[in-house]
Amino acid sequence: MFANPFTLKKLGILGMNKRNIHYIGSHNDRKYYPLVDNKLKTKIIAQNAGIAVPKLLKTIEYQSQLRGLKEILEGLEAFVIKPSQGSGGKGILVIVRREGDTFLKANGQRLELRDIQRDISNILSGLYSLGGKPDVAMIEKLVEFDPIFDRYSYEGVPDIRVIIYRGYPAMAMLRCSTRESDGKANLHQGAVGVGLDIATGKALFSVQHGVPVTQHPDTGYDFSELEIPHWKKILTLAASCYEVTHLGYLGVDIVLDKHLGPLILELNARPGLAIQIANKTGALKRYDVIDTQEEHLDVSSRVAFSMGHFGAKKETQKGSLNHG
Amino acid sequence: MSKRFQVLFIALGLAFIGFFIVWYKVSLLGIPFLPHEKRSVYTVGAEISFEGQKKSVLVSMALPEPQEGIQILSEDVASSGFGYAEAETQNGKRAEWSKRYVVGPQMLYYSLEVLIEPGEYTSKRSITPIEQEIETLSDLPDILQTTAKNLLDDVRSRSADIHSFTAQLILDFSAKEPSQAVKIMLKEGGMSKLEMIYRLLRYRKIPVRQIHGLYLESERRNIALTPMLDVYDGKDWQLYDLNKGKVIRHKNFFVWQQGSDSLIDVTGAKKSNISFSLNERQVPVQYLLDKKELLNKAAILDFSLFTLPISEQNAYRHILLVPFGALVVVVLLRILVGLRTSGTFMPVLIALAFMETTLFAGLIMFILIVGMGLVIRSYLSSLNMLLVARISAVMIVVIMIMSFMSILSFKLGIKEVLTVTFFPMIILAWTIERMSILWEEEGANEVFIQGGGSLIVAIFAYFAMSDPFISHIAFNFPELLLVVLALIILLGRYSGYRLSELIRFKSMVE
Repeated sequence: MFANPFTLKKLGILGMNKRNIHYIGSHNDRKYYPLVDNKLKTKIIAQNAGIAVPKLLKTIEYQSQLRGLKEILEGLEAFVIKPSQGSGGKGILVIVRREGDTFLKANGQRLELRDIQRDISNILSGLYSLGGKPDVAMIEKLVEFDPIFDRYSYEGVPDIRVIIYRGYPAMAMLRCSTRESDGKANLHQGAVGVGLDIATGKALFSVQHGVPVTQHPDTGYDFSELEIPHWKKILTLAASCYEVTHLGYLGVDIVLDKHLGPLILELNARPGLAIQIANKTGALKRYDVIDTQEEHLDVSSRVAFSMGHFGAKKETQKGSLNHG
Repeated sequence: MSKRFQVLFIALGLAFIGFFIVWYKVSLLGIPFLPHEKRSVYTVGAEISFEGQKKSVLVSMALPEPQEGIQILSEDVASSGFGYAEAETQNGKRAEWSKRYVVGPQMLYYSLEVLIEPGEYTSKRSITPIEQEIETLSDLPDILQTTAKNLLDDVRSRSADIHSFTAQLILDFSAKEPSQAVKIMLKEGGMSKLEMIYRLLRYRKIPVRQIHGLYLESERRNIALTPMLDVYDGKDWQLYDLNKGKVIRHKNFFVWQQGSDSLIDVTGAKKSNISFSLNERQVPVQYLLDKKELLNKAAILDFSLFTLPISEQNAYRHILLVPFGALVVVVLLRILVGLRTSGTFMPVLIALAFMETTLFAGLIMFILIVGMGLVIRSYLSSLNMLLVARISAVMIVVIMIMSFMSILSFKLGIKEVLTVTFFPMIILAWTIERMSILWEEEGANEVFIQGGGSLIVAIFAYFAMSDPFISHIAFNFPELLLVVLALIILLGRYSGYRLSELIRFKSMVE
């Protein structure tokens, strides 16, 4: 039932306590947290740095603005409402289509204007923010997902999570929503995590609830055929967030837009550990290699280094060499 | 200095200070480390009887002085109709009873409660010899002078130093078949054996004093004080029993009177007599602490929680348990096991409430309140209210549920439910709010998992905090907080795997 902790250590698997003390604690300066915890701020600094993000349509700051919500939503067909300081995907409302004053969610549920008003009211009073602080609601343009993901996602937002350690892409995975995860790309809610080869963007392994799977539970498509397009561009986009945020240990969530290509959806200063299971690789092995690297290299050489060193082939070759 | 070393250094330092103070309090101050530890408290009673002769009576009795190793807890005087006062004299404190007109048999009572302190008896008496007037043989009646001189010479020839001299002299006087000289001395001297030996020793210029005391043993009645002689050899005092010879001073030897004054003086009455009684009872040490009777012993206790008023002490009895709950919940269950709870300290606060309500009643009430709250909250949610107003509304509903439960159960005669007031309302309101959001977002299943998890942690914390041993040491040794702090600091730097992660990453090992 229990894994031997010494075996885990040998495999270089990062645990929660070590992540908190040695990675988040020592590489992420707390004063930069607001940049990532507040999605509005993230969006502004990313835009200023020329990093592609989904278009911000409107912001709602005061409860009194809700009376005019109808006017605010005028002309918006497909959009996402999210709390600026929410966490774990809480409080995010995705409207895919509009029929007059009725709004349709991705799962087909129909919402009235006053349902949306209540949701935004909850956001503004801080229901989803850390510590219940009053929050701001952001209305974003709905990303038109690249059709490549249609087969691998059920009703929702598939996104690519890249861990950036000291500016180097260290690990990546695709998170596919399922019926069980209610269209959300959160692994603990039942989304499928697909480990991605840093060198090529090809799928490695996939897990749901920590258990290996080979195909999507709802669509039935085999993950092994999956290859992410624009791979180098994705890694470069993710790695460039290091300069903007100054955070040494960062999770970058990226979506692929049909027309715009990769967009940064959000940043996370406390990325989770499930990515190791999806990659069947201990994160520490890669972090230790990155620790031997110089700082202040430019983005493209950092991405080149990661692609050269953390590819699946490369690592198995090295492994067999060591054995031989 | 690296962070790792700093943490280790601070933690070890804190733990050392904590344990040192505990050690000091247990072994030197006698505060019990285990709860329900008991101590013997002895009641020593003196009973003075005499017969009045239709005139004024004055009774004076020697009183014990504070002494090493035995603590006098309280004194009590019973003497109807007599005036009572205590007087300081050159040879110590004396109790004085007085009455203008006394007829018939009378009884006076004086009693003390004493406690034998833990640890070995160590003499701290002055080592400088007492100033002693020189007495000469010429004080004795003429017929005895030669006998005494011969006796002393004889004993001297059989002895080597002061101690053997004293021992031999006592042996001569206590022999079953005493020598002729001793018989004459006792018969013609008109003094008690003790007084005679005392005087003979002083003729030899040996520093000596009389001591009357009693052994604190099991119950005795009608006993007399044991007379002893205390002899100084230039370095140390040595005690001699008239029957046993040289004795070691036992911890349980309680000195009632020191010096050669009379034990009681009764003027204006006849048939006066004094007898002592001894009574032993077992008293929990906690009782002694509560009565602040151990307190004036050390500065560290004078600056402790025991000196606070009782109601504040009771508050601290609870507050001091919280760190132990935090140790269990936050550190052990979260860092080492990896359990997730809804709200970091919510389980500790619920556990504190359980301590007042008892576990079973508390669990039922908690589930009832939160359950009813959830139903009402789900209706409030459809009213489209602002968050702050909604939580306040939930809180008011919680208060109403609580008061309704109290009234109803009181009418039904279920007293346990009255303790419902100990639940922290704000925490309950927030718990309801969180659970209800959880219900809407993740479904009822998740509510039961998280709510159940929090309750399990609360029950763990409850058992940790209601343990009699833990509550005893938490209150009596608040310095253990330093040890808890050290543990939490150490575990706060623990970067190893959590128990839950050993399961979580199991698939990666295969």
